[in-house]
Order: sequence, then structure tokens, then C-alpha cells
Amino acid sequence: MSTIATKLLGQRTRRWRETITGYLFTSPFLVGFLWFTAIPMAIAFYLAFTKYNIIKPAEWVGLGNFMRLTQDERLRIALFNTAFYAGISVPLYLVTSFLASLAMNLKIKGIRWYRTIFYLPSVTPAVASAMLWVWIFNPQWGMANSALDLFGIRHQDWLLDPHLAKPCLIFMGLWGLGPTMVIFLAGLQGVPESLYEAAMIDGAGTWGRFWNVTVPIISPVIFFNLIMGIIGSFQIFTTAFVMTAAGAGGSRSYGVGGIQDCLLFYVLYLYQQGFYFHHMGYASAMGWLLLTIILILTIIQFRLQERWVYYEAERRL
Amino acid sequence: MPTDTEARARRVVAREVTERRGWLSSVWTTRTRSVIKELVAHLFLIPISITMVIPLYWLFTTSLKPKGMVFTYPPQWIPNPIRWENYPEALTILPFHLFFKNSMVYCVTILIGQVLVSTLVGYGFARLRFPGRDLIFWLVLIRMMLPGAVTMVPSYVMFSKMGWVNTLLPLVVPGWLPGLYSGSFYIFLCRQFFMGIPLELDDAAKIDGAGHIRIWWQIILPLSKPVIATVAIFSFITHWNDFMGPLIYLHDVERQTLALSILTFQGAHDTEWHWLMAVSSLMVVPVIILFFSAQRYFLQGISMTGITGR
Repeated sequence: MSTIATKLLGQRTRRWRETITGYLFTSPFLVGFLWFTAIPMAIAFYLAFTKYNIIKPAEWVGLGNFMRLTQDERLRIALFNTAFYAGISVPLYLVTSFLASLAMNLKIKGIRWYRTIFYLPSVTPAVASAMLWVWIFNPQWGMANSALDLFGIRHQDWLLDPHLAKPCLIFMGLWGLGPTMVIFLAGLQGVPESLYEAAMIDGAGTWGRFWNVTVPIISPVIFFNLIMGIIGSFQIFTTAFVMTAAGAGGSRSYGVGGIQDCLLFYVLYLYQQGFYFHHMGYASAMGWLLLTIILILTIIQFRLQERWVYYEAERRL
Repeated sequence: MPTDTEARARRVVAREVTERRGWLSSVWTTRTRSVIKELVAHLFLIPISITMVIPLYWLFTTSLKPKGMVFTYPPQWIPNPIRWENYPEALTILPFHLFFKNSMVYCVTILIGQVLVSTLVGYGFARLRFPGRDLIFWLVLIRMMLPGAVTMVPSYVMFSKMGWVNTLLPLVVPGWLPGLYSGSFYIFLCRQFFMGIPLELDDAAKIDGAGHIRIWWQIILPLSKPVIATVAIFSFITHWNDFMGPLIYLHDVERQTLALSILTFQGAHDTEWHWLMAVSSLMVVPVIILFFSAQRYFLQGISMTGITGR
């Protein structure tokens, strides 16, 4: 009797101990989440209903900031620019980095060199690469125009042309496809060889194997990159900041959004409202709006995934 | 999903194709076929690779041009004369050694923190069973998908009330207590990786009387070099290149990091391109060295963490 009791007791204390250990091990995350995410979000929620410039105490304005959101012309421009950028760049990057990863998965000589070369641009500091592209797109001295000379096309103003500035940015983003490519590549390398063999026995050609084996197996990776791509592209900042400050004639320390605000992206505008105009309350409301937009897009993606993402067994992200 | 008839039809076609190919196979051996395939691949990849490298080449060559030769059209492809003096000039015109030190301190302190903490937390998720674990792991995933822009302004307000603005604290502490995007992503990577390490190893160590800290340190970490390398590379590159954080929190010139300092070469009317490119080139070097030296583990680390869902 007593032995069973001690056993049970021992089991219980062991489980109790494991619980404490578990919370101890994960406590850095819990504390960090509380401190750097939950509390700031609560502050943002409060500030969104106030007028606040950090120096004077916050002044309650009710829904004032949200009313302003609906009337702000520059916010509309920023939203349009961001949606335009995300809408084109996300599918474009996904397709190109997927194609690149297919090439990087070939078993040919020098493949490690190719991989490094394809990855290299993405390790270039964003500031450096943004400045570099400003220089490449310089209307007077830049390489982009001298490339046009080769085809006899007349020179362009690139970043100073409101119609071309965003496509330029999308193009230069393509240069940094490395990380997405590597994640795809990792996925490709995880496709079991046996599935390909089975498909071959069934008479599937290269194309058939691609559509019926490769794509379904790595569809979770495509999904992962899609979600992260949307979230990332909605938050484009550094490139736009540097480019508008440097390339499009803005004042130095605060990107103003480029010619006719053509490069005014959401987070750039949020930064401007918060740290330049010190409209911290309004900026907080903008933050919540962005969160809502991204949340809706993410939920839509998660709903749609059931139609095209293939999961082995019941494991889902 | 292909139906049965479809599959059968395919098999028939495949058999026919192989039979017809039969006579070719003597000449057209798999060997020559693979050689041709390889050639075609190179034919595509070489020009693309060159295009990928050209901007970097441009970065480097601009840094070697005398100021007068920067502004020429058509642009000069090979700098002539080569002017190495741009480098010492660019480095002395600003307290560059200070910026370098600041960047290094920032990157190294946060790297150590992120490697230690994300493996520790990852261990908790992968190896321990406790009520609420899955809920907390969901928080990690949610944090990964939360846009950082939402907390940008309120975090600044919070840190300024704490008197942390103009110090490294608001940049480094969230690395040690991973409540931001990058930290959560690394926890996720580590957890996924540890799930793949056989549990028997832990059990054996437990029989020997080892506690969880010891198992983490002596069993799991030595087996996790790929994921540690991946986290370390990601962390270093992210913070070495970080622009937004220092822009918001480091106001004094003597506290600036390299990434911020590059912008000082950019004037309202006149940008010192040759110096700017010199500093940029120097900034790229450590990252490239790091990437090259840890590359072996890097891909392995990502593929074994199972972002792939397997």
C-alpha cells in the first residue's frame, strides 16, 4: 500500500517538477513577450485614443485619431503604395525564388558557388544596398541608364519618376531573394527520393513529377514563404527610407516619401508621424490599423491553405 | 489525385516511350545526356550569376575611384586610376573605429543571448511536458507573424520613460528576452530541430542522473551545431545590418552603428559616393566571411529544422 502511495506521490512531484522546469525554460520568452510585445501593444491601444507627443501628458481624444485615419489623404497614398508593392512583389519573389531554388537543387559542378552568389546580395546591409541602387538608378551617372544605351532606349529618371520608382524598388528587392530561396531549397532537399522513384515507375515525366510530387510536398514551405512575404512586404521601411532621403530629393534624416509621395509606404509614414511630427497617438492608431490589415490577410491565407497546402499526417503549423 | 485509369494509361505511355527510346540509348547514353543537361544549366546560371554580382562589383569599384571619376558618363567599368586612399580617408573623416566597435558590441552581445536563450526555450518546448506548453508555443508563432511596426512607437515611449533611449539596452535586452520577431523565429527553428533528436539520448542521460540544464548543455547543444550556426548567422547578419533600431534609439553620434553611419556621407546636395561605397564595402566583408565559413552548417540547419512541415 505504502509503496504505491509513494510511487504515486513520486510521480506527482516529478510531474510538478517538470512543470516548473518547463516554465523556467520558457520564461525568457514569456517575460520578453509580456514586456516587449504585450505591454507595448496595450500602450499603443491606449495611445490610439489620445493626443500624445511624449513631452506633454496624453490627452484623451476618443475616436479622433480613427476619424482622422479615414480622412488622411497621405495615408490613402501610403496604403495604395504598400498594397501595390506587396501585390506585385510577393508573387514575383515567390515564383523567382522558387525557380532559383529549383536551379540550386541541381546536382551540377560548382553548385555551391552558384548558391553563394545567389545568396550574397541578401547579406548586403539594407542601407548599403539601398544607397547602391540609388547610385545605380542615378539619372545622370547611373549604370541603369548606361544599360539602356545598349538597347538604344532613351534615358529614364528611375526613382525620380513617380511611375517608375515603385517598379525600381520591386526590381531591386528581387536581388535579395536569397533567404526565401534557401528556405525553398531546404524544402526541396527534404522531398524523399522514394516518392520520385514511385512516380517514375508510374510513368510520370519531369513535369508530372514536379506537379504531383514536388509541389504538393513542399506546399507548406510555399505557404510559409507566402505568409512571411506578405507580412514582410507590408513593413518595407529601410530601403524606402534611404531611397527617399537620398535618391528622390527628400530631407536627409526624415524620408518624405519621394516625388509626389510615390515611395511613401505605410511604415515610413507611420515613422514620420511618430518620430518626426511626434503624433504618437495617431501613429499608434496607424499601428493598430496595420495590424488589423495584416491579420485579415493572414487569416484569409490560412483559410485558403486548406485548398492547396498538403500536410502529411495531421501536423499543421 | 490521378484516377486508376489515368495512372494505368500513364504507365502504358511510359512503357512505349522507353521502348521507342531503346535504339537511342546506345548512342544517347545517360552520361552524355547529363553532360548536356549540365551545360544547359550553366548556360542559364552563368549570366544570371553575373547579373547578381554586377551591383556588388559596382559597389566595390566605385569605392576605388577618385571623386572626379565617379561622376562620368558613360560610367567607368574599371577604375583608372585605382585610388585606395579612399579607404583611409573615409575611415578617418568619421570616428569609424567607434562605429565599428558599437556595431560589434551590439551584434556580439545579442548573438550570444539569442543563441543561448533560443536553444534554452526551444529545449523547453521540445523536451519537457507541462500544462500550457502548446499555448505558449502558439504565442511564439503569433509573435512571428506580428508586424513589428505596431510596437514601434509605444516601445519607444516605454523605453524613453525607463530612460533607456540613447543606450544599447532597448536593442539588446529584447534579444536576451526574446519578445520580438527575430527571437521568436529562432526559438521556432531550435524547437523544430530538437524535435528531431532522439529522446533516448535524454533518457540515457537521465539514468546517469543528469538534470535538464545538463542535458541541454551536454547532449542537445553539441548535437545541434547546424541550427546553432543558422541562428548565429541570421542573428549576426540581422543586427549588423539593422537600421531601424539604431535609427530610433541611438541619437548621439558617438553611439551610432555602422549601418547608421553610412548615411552621414549623404549630404543634402552632394553625396560623397566614393567614401560611402568604401565604408559599405567594408561593411559587407565580415558578413561574407561569416557566411562562407559557416555555410556548411547553414543549409543543413534550415533543412533539418523542418519549416517544411515534416
